[in-house]
Amino acid sequence: MASYSTNEFRGGLKVLLDGDPCIILENEFVKPGKGQAFNRVKLRNLMTNRVWERTFKSGESLEAADVIDQDMEYLYTDGEFWHFMLTDGSFEQYPADAKAVGDALKWLKEQDVYTVTLYNGSPLSVTPPNFVELEVVDTDPGMKGDTAQGGSKPATLSTGAVVNVPLFITIGEVLKVDTRSGEYVSRVKSS
Amino acid sequence: MNREPVWQPSASQAALKSRAQQLAFVRGFFAKREVLEVETPVLGRCGVTDVNLDGIPAQVSAGTRTGGWLQTSPEYHMKRLLAAGCGSIFQISRVFRNGEQGRRHNPEFSMLEWYRTGFDDVTLMAEVSDLVCDWLGCERPEIIQYRDALRRWAHIDPFAATVRELMRRCEEWLEPEQLADLGRDGCLDLLMSFAVEPNLGRGRPVFITGYPASQASLARVSKSDGYETAHRFELYVDGLELCNGYWELTDPGEQRLRFEADNELRRRSGKPEMGLDEAFLAALDQGLPECSGVALGLDRLLMLKLGVQDIREVLAFPFERA
Repeated sequence: MASYSTNEFRGGLKVLLDGDPCIILENEFVKPGKGQAFNRVKLRNLMTNRVWERTFKSGESLEAADVIDQDMEYLYTDGEFWHFMLTDGSFEQYPADAKAVGDALKWLKEQDVYTVTLYNGSPLSVTPPNFVELEVVDTDPGMKGDTAQGGSKPATLSTGAVVNVPLFITIGEVLKVDTRSGEYVSRVKSS
Repeated sequence: MNREPVWQPSASQAALKSRAQQLAFVRGFFAKREVLEVETPVLGRCGVTDVNLDGIPAQVSAGTRTGGWLQTSPEYHMKRLLAAGCGSIFQISRVFRNGEQGRRHNPEFSMLEWYRTGFDDVTLMAEVSDLVCDWLGCERPEIIQYRDALRRWAHIDPFAATVRELMRRCEEWLEPEQLADLGRDGCLDLLMSFAVEPNLGRGRPVFITGYPASQASLARVSKSDGYETAHRFELYVDGLELCNGYWELTDPGEQRLRFEADNELRRRSGKPEMGLDEAFLAALDQGLPECSGVALGLDRLLMLKLGVQDIREVLAFPFERA
């Protein structure tokens, strides 16, 4: 596997540190005019999501981590694994465990496309698209005339996720939801 | 990843205008003091031996000469002019340092370097203050000894501490295996960069002076408080290192020894040795007048003037856009 020297460090680079795959978030070059150069680096450990701050002497290097992001379609779950398939036409499938799926679980809808991060060929994490469209399976009945007042109520979506929605939303409607904040965005017109 | 080339400058129009004003200010400052402006080569035959400065080699074919180095500073050429009897001189030049890139670094940058015959380090520090404070409108700097700065902010005595004690102190930033080959000066540089520098020149600019003799570079050394210290000074404004000056070493024998010691350090750290600049040493043999000299980063001075945190905001085209 390749390695990266400090002068190749930049945000987004995936490296191995203490045996764990990490992504470089920030890299600051520090050097007194006549003195030894250092790199102050902020990294996120992709296994634990913890942020580390480390210092390197200029010229030190880190091994590259075999970490790649791939677009994959979610297929189904067998209860233990969630199965994804590459969208590149290869039909190659990857089983992701509960740890890898993590919080993406509540946004998983069959046939939608997710970003699956592979580490040494196995799913490390699953990232949903920023916006997903999901059907409301349960909520209190809608109330006419409340469109302008801006009250809200909880609604359960087909994936089990619960989001706060305006009072006029009814069961069976499809909603656009922001997965980053978990917030309702709009209704989706049924086609 | 293929990115679209960016053709636009990264500095604003206002920054470009301020840069032009700064150049005019500097030229006016030295004209008033009758310091001669000179130009020396950016492309030289020799690089520098400094273990922490990496030059950029050039592929040149001209006459019987091939190869050369983009200069890391105009120092050797300017000292040859001093030896030739030019008197006090200044230069605004582009200098090059390989691998230096970040919020405060670009591999090519603008350096103001000047030499004052008959000045010692203290007199030159006063002139640096005149220039910097007139331009920035800041308070005149205080002077803090290197030893006091390390004691105050890194909580260690840089002269009395053993290498082992310095290494232990550095474990706040580096793992023991990273520290193994850092050495005394490497440890001190780390403490200077991470523990001391962020505190320097906040509110009022500060000169650091009295560096350890091992960090003298081209400065003369004398004994104070029982320790050999270099007549070298650096100015810090708002946590930013702005210039580096020396009461210049004029002894050609001592200079040659320091170059050879640099190369020994290079050998040990696996860096290529650098050929000595014999023309420069010959000029010292002829006789460098008593003088002090200083190199000041003009891009950083402009950053301070404009209150920006990133050097790219004051460069028309930083290296990634050049």
